[in-house]
Amino acid sequence: MPVVEVPLEKWTGKIREVTLGGNGRKRVVVGGEATLPFLHFEGSIPNRPAIAIEVDDCQPAWSPHLTAAWGDVVADPVGWAKKAVEYGADIIALYLKSADPDEQNSSAAETTKVVDKVLSAVDVPLIIYGPGVAEKDNEVLVAAADAARGQRVALGNCEEKNHRTIAAACIASNHIAIARTPIDINLAKQLNILISEVGLSPNSILMDPTTGALGYGIEYSYSIMDRIRLAALSGDAMVAMPMICTVGEESWRQKEAMVTSGVPDSWGEHEQRSLLWEEITAVALINSGADILVLRHPKTVELAKATIDKLMAR
Amino acid sequence: MALSGIQIYKFLPKTNCKKCGFPTCLAFAMKLASREVELSLCPDISEEGKAALETASRPPIRLVTIGSDSKKVEVGNEVVMFRHEKTFFHQPGLVLRISDTEPQEVVTSRVSEVAAYSVERVGLQLSLDGFAIQNKSKEAASFVSCIETVRAKTDLPLVLISDDPGAMGAGLDKTAKSKPLIYAATSDNWDKMAELSKQYQCPLAVYEPQGLTELAGLVEQVNKAGVEDIVLDPGARGFVDSLSLFTQLRRLALRKSFSLLGYPLISFPGEGAETLAEEATLCAQHIAKYSGIIVLDHFSPAMAYPLLTLRLNIYTDPQKPMRLEAGIYPINEPKADSPLMVSTNFSLTYFSISGEVESSRWPGWLVICDTEGLSVLTAWSAGKFDAERIAKAVKQFAADKVSHQRLIIPGRVSVLRGELEEELPGWEIMVGPPEAMGIGPYLKQRWAG
Repeated sequence: MPVVEVPLEKWTGKIREVTLGGNGRKRVVVGGEATLPFLHFEGSIPNRPAIAIEVDDCQPAWSPHLTAAWGDVVADPVGWAKKAVEYGADIIALYLKSADPDEQNSSAAETTKVVDKVLSAVDVPLIIYGPGVAEKDNEVLVAAADAARGQRVALGNCEEKNHRTIAAACIASNHIAIARTPIDINLAKQLNILISEVGLSPNSILMDPTTGALGYGIEYSYSIMDRIRLAALSGDAMVAMPMICTVGEESWRQKEAMVTSGVPDSWGEHEQRSLLWEEITAVALINSGADILVLRHPKTVELAKATIDKLMAR
Repeated sequence: MALSGIQIYKFLPKTNCKKCGFPTCLAFAMKLASREVELSLCPDISEEGKAALETASRPPIRLVTIGSDSKKVEVGNEVVMFRHEKTFFHQPGLVLRISDTEPQEVVTSRVSEVAAYSVERVGLQLSLDGFAIQNKSKEAASFVSCIETVRAKTDLPLVLISDDPGAMGAGLDKTAKSKPLIYAATSDNWDKMAELSKQYQCPLAVYEPQGLTELAGLVEQVNKAGVEDIVLDPGARGFVDSLSLFTQLRRLALRKSFSLLGYPLISFPGEGAETLAEEATLCAQHIAKYSGIIVLDHFSPAMAYPLLTLRLNIYTDPQKPMRLEAGIYPINEPKADSPLMVSTNFSLTYFSISGEVESSRWPGWLVICDTEGLSVLTAWSAGKFDAERIAKAVKQFAADKVSHQRLIIPGRVSVLRGELEEELPGWEIMVGPPEAMGIGPYLKQRWAG
């Protein structure tokens, strides 16, 4: 009988470990993989993918299923963050959306108060996102970085156009930059190099190669993440950063999740469909190397954590 | 292992007779090595040479067909570990399991519902591929009766599940013409199952959970009994064991040309899941990671739609971005004064927008710029969806179609407004909604208002 030998790849590279929190706050370490996702037979996978739950600083106009799942706390980022921790968040992803000029146009002073309150209300690490409007992002993120000094939060997004500002803020207060690029391995590497040139340690960078939701470009994200991870394991240190995927935001803004009526019957029952939209996006992307999933629905969090438990069991 | 041109050349007649259409045997060997031509073009090859080359040039993962000509699912013949390396060719068959202990009317209604189920996405109709019928009763009569009940409602491909060769034989007798997959040969029954597979010319699944060495050993015996169309079940049922084993099996087939394990795989996500959602997500993992036939235990449109969408996405050829021809596309029979919108030629973008405009019942014109298949934001950041290109496309395609000078641009590229006003003097540049689903309300409020 032919004896089958398990074929192993000899990887020369390893994913960097990035530590969020610490200094009295819970510590979350991501990355460190010496092989492809969950291939324990081949190499060490010291850290499980972490779950971040999205908390907005102003009440979001979300699918009724999401709003119902969270209840009244969506109007109060502090209560929301506490509840998110109860629901199993390893990390709170605080979105300072109120600073958007089309929302409340909050000042940096106002958003910083929210950051302070959430930091004191929970003991898990924070990811802090700006509103996604260039000039306001820099303003609120720089102020948030200062307010969170010593807490080792991750700040996003750090893109080519604002990388100097965000990287400098991270250096000044020992934070982590979330380097976001539009689904392109070369742009992703280039941005990591640019950020490093500003002086931020590669151990303080998370990569966001841009998440496409199921049905809305997931195959691009999936394959770019495969390529990034393969390049990193093959020794390219400038793409060997842990990856973060904004699965909740991307899945729940699609029509399949947002629209309750006037869609084909073949789309099926709305709540189950929209939940699965987020859940399947999440599971596909942890299979291509996601180290942090930013999620929205508590049930997705529960399912993702159970799935990760199983994938991490040896 | 794929042979080099020189290795192949050794088996050719070396006469340079040119009957194959190539000037020399070596030139033909080179084409064979790159799989651009078939060996059958050489009329003078010896039987030994033919046998040796056919063995060597077998696809690393055999293509297996389940079902007959009109309704069939083909799986296997994959050549890469990662879709970006080339593409995944044969999407996994998704089948729903029916048990022969279920009441006939339940089976009839479930089969009718699932066989009729179809959902449209980017212009394609997506549906499940067939059914698996489980001989849970352990009785041949119930198995046969259930197969007949299913066959009365559908001619989709079947997987017949029984470890009893007697029941399997009785079942095959009723439906062998439609070439169901026989599940499964085990270490206890493989000789009888292999016999049935040969007798009825149906593909055979081989189940061996003891390990890959044992699985390869069982396949070797089944091969020796004359069965070549095989599907493998290494017995993995959970998330991490199926990921590990399926990865190992594909690597063995592709990287080591381990022909005894070079067959498509079958998986049963419902057996490794504690909840319905988990069955769906485990199925999602099997779609991404190497399953050939996936047997589901539950069906609902809300579960099938996202899974079929994932299968479509993962099996889309990454070398051919889904893109449209640049041009102007009429929606709902527009007139010269109907709204004019512009977007990119990524087909998903187009289908999202056109779907929304159609359902809004607004007549409209959609100008599609050539952005090399990139979506709005990606194209914009890559410099392929800028004011100059948009203005050029509008002038080229819309000039003889519309009588007005108002253009709606995607909300995500609102920054282009100023530059576009310079590129298109006299035009009113309107910033549309950031998501396609906002188009209906937008047209109602802003265009009309």
